[in-house]
Amino acid sequence: MASNELKSHFIKLLNEGKRLDGRDISELRQPIKVEYGISKTAEGSAKVTMGDTEVLAGVKMEISEPYPDTPDQGTIMVGAELIPLSSPEFESGPPSIKAVELARVVDRGIRESKAIDFRKLCIKKGEKIWILLIDIVTLNDDGNLIDASALAALAALKDAKFPEVKDGAIDYKKKTDKSIDLVKEPIAVTVFKVGNHFIVDPTREEEKAIGTRLTITTTKNNLICALQKSGDSSLTQEDISRMIDIAIEKAKILREAL
Amino acid sequence: MSYKKRLDNRKPDELRKMEAKVGVIKNADGSAYFKIGNTCAYAAVYGPRELYPRFLHNPSKGILRCSYSMMPFSGSGNRVRPGQNRRAKEISMVTEKALLPVLNLDEYPNSVVDVFIELPQTEAGSRCAGICAASMALADAGLVMSDLVSAVSVGRVDDMLVVDLDYSEEAYEDGPVADIPLAILPRTDEITLLQMDGEITKEMLLDAIELGKKSCHEIYEIQKKALKEKYAVKGDE
Amino acid sequence: MTEILVKDKDIVVPGELLAKGMDAFPGPGSYRDNEEILSSRLGLVYLDRRTIKIISQSGVYLPKVGDMIIGKVIDIAMSGWRINLNCAYSAMLSMKDATSDYINKGEDLSQYYDIGDYIACKITNVTSQKLVDVSMREPGLKKLVNGRMFNVNTHKVPRIIGKKGSMVTMIKNATGCRITVGQNGLIWIQGDTKNEFIAIETIKKIEKESHLTGLTNRIKEFLEEKTGKKIEGVEMK
Repeated sequence: MASNELKSHFIKLLNEGKRLDGRDISELRQPIKVEYGISKTAEGSAKVTMGDTEVLAGVKMEISEPYPDTPDQGTIMVGAELIPLSSPEFESGPPSIKAVELARVVDRGIRESKAIDFRKLCIKKGEKIWILLIDIVTLNDDGNLIDASALAALAALKDAKFPEVKDGAIDYKKKTDKSIDLVKEPIAVTVFKVGNHFIVDPTREEEKAIGTRLTITTTKNNLICALQKSGDSSLTQEDISRMIDIAIEKAKILREAL
Repeated sequence: MSYKKRLDNRKPDELRKMEAKVGVIKNADGSAYFKIGNTCAYAAVYGPRELYPRFLHNPSKGILRCSYSMMPFSGSGNRVRPGQNRRAKEISMVTEKALLPVLNLDEYPNSVVDVFIELPQTEAGSRCAGICAASMALADAGLVMSDLVSAVSVGRVDDMLVVDLDYSEEAYEDGPVADIPLAILPRTDEITLLQMDGEITKEMLLDAIELGKKSCHEIYEIQKKALKEKYAVKGDE
Repeated sequence: MTEILVKDKDIVVPGELLAKGMDAFPGPGSYRDNEEILSSRLGLVYLDRRTIKIISQSGVYLPKVGDMIIGKVIDIAMSGWRINLNCAYSAMLSMKDATSDYINKGEDLSQYYDIGDYIACKITNVTSQKLVDVSMREPGLKKLVNGRMFNVNTHKVPRIIGKKGSMVTMIKNATGCRITVGQNGLIWIQGDTKNEFIAIETIKKIEKESHLTGLTNRIKEFLEEKTGKKIEGVEMK
């Protein structure tokens, strides 16, 4: 629970162009870092660091049957674990609504941007397809988990190599040099509204004082491919317009880290 | 054909390459990372902190609660379903028992010390790696402990006694195999974790334990060094 | 023949051998096992003649009578407030210890201290089961407003305060901020934006470099550089 003083102090600082951790109002934290191949057991993996927030993502590939309505398409599945190792505020047990929302926002960003051509994941029409199981695991939560997770998921997909298949069975010990054809790079940027200010990349402490957020996932040519508004307050259309401009601008910086 | 030479060319008493680091999770009260071969473990300690539900309270001292978990992409085969399966629950329990003998929580009645172990990548020996990381994390959390805990798996592959079995040795099919996860207190050589899968004679078992103690002392030196590194005087004076 | 095997400021890990023989004594953070004295904590060695103490550098706060701490109101009861102490235990602040005002029976207590308020208070009682009482009936103990809170390692608090408050006084004077340091690792800062960040940065620097020699001078120079003002009257070592 936030202290009564936190929000008013936060707004006082924002009015003076500063954030709680001392950076300028619209700055992203440093470092912004992507490390590839952090797990050899995954077909693809990455670790994203944004300030003190650290998130891992791994891709496992399995052969499965296609959905009846899309017999010639493979698919993805995104899971997210907000593990209690990563924050004093996370608990053991089934995924919280926060974890479910996070996974779904990341899933939509990848799926709806058509970053992956699902047809290319088809092995035999109507019978066998590749399913890409993308799992996000938080290592240290210091805020802005959605943006860090989306970036980590994308980086893990970039890192992934298909395993060898022999007589219909996967040999996970052997990776081929075939990668996933990523035709787009959807980047999620969550813009937060505090008082009359718009900020990105909040710390865990700042998040406690924030009511409303909008996650905007965009591709390189500034196409919006997923949105998620959350929080207890409303936004005006002008707000949304400004938030999209900010998201597009910040997505460029995050894209450079890939 | 009998097993004369280890598949990865290690000597029988040679551990895989190790790496240890302390203070890797900023949110935690204590944390550590331990890697042996291709098995990596993170451990974070939170607490002593308030314990819920209340019926778990122990009015005479704090309790230790361990949780071992493999990340979904950390298995060598298919995706590991997240959440605590039966295997993870059992390992969590034996981990707790392996660490408890060194820990003194008398000053913290009704509270809990939570230890979370998470593995991003595994290839045999994951519970031992978890225990090594957890013991460093507990020390990093400033808790009262009589010793650290070091752990390794030992065993036999055919007629050879070996330490730190890797995946191919655990799966060796041309002769009997025994896999024995072992945790010891380096100062007194007391044993706090002992399990076994496979078949072995009493004599071989005792020899294997002896070999394991020696390896644990090697691991202990790495743990000790990592703990001291975090607090080593940095700067120009 | 007693042999002390460590030096002042050495970093030791739990279970590490500190001395052999009966003429040395285990102080806080160490224990005896027959002839041997061993560390029971990760920390720095402090030799006080023949007594060996280990000064812990990490770990959560444990309430002690007489400590001035900062707490957060988390609940309001019939006759007082429940206070979070940033540790495993919460405290009770009763009506009679909260203010010198007379509070009528049945009065709305939230008009004095509301849920989410921070208060500076003093620990007056800690039972064996860690039931804690706090009081505000002393000068300087009050509700903290118009500022911000931040956390530090509780083991660094003595260095942040300095001898007889010299360190924190230097920061206050240099930055013009009001600073309240709680023994439980919470610090309240009130000042203009620029100086608030200088004060925080300075305190973080102390936290990081507390074990280095010449700390006062480093901090003095740091403050002079940041504020652009000379600091007079600080004793140079």
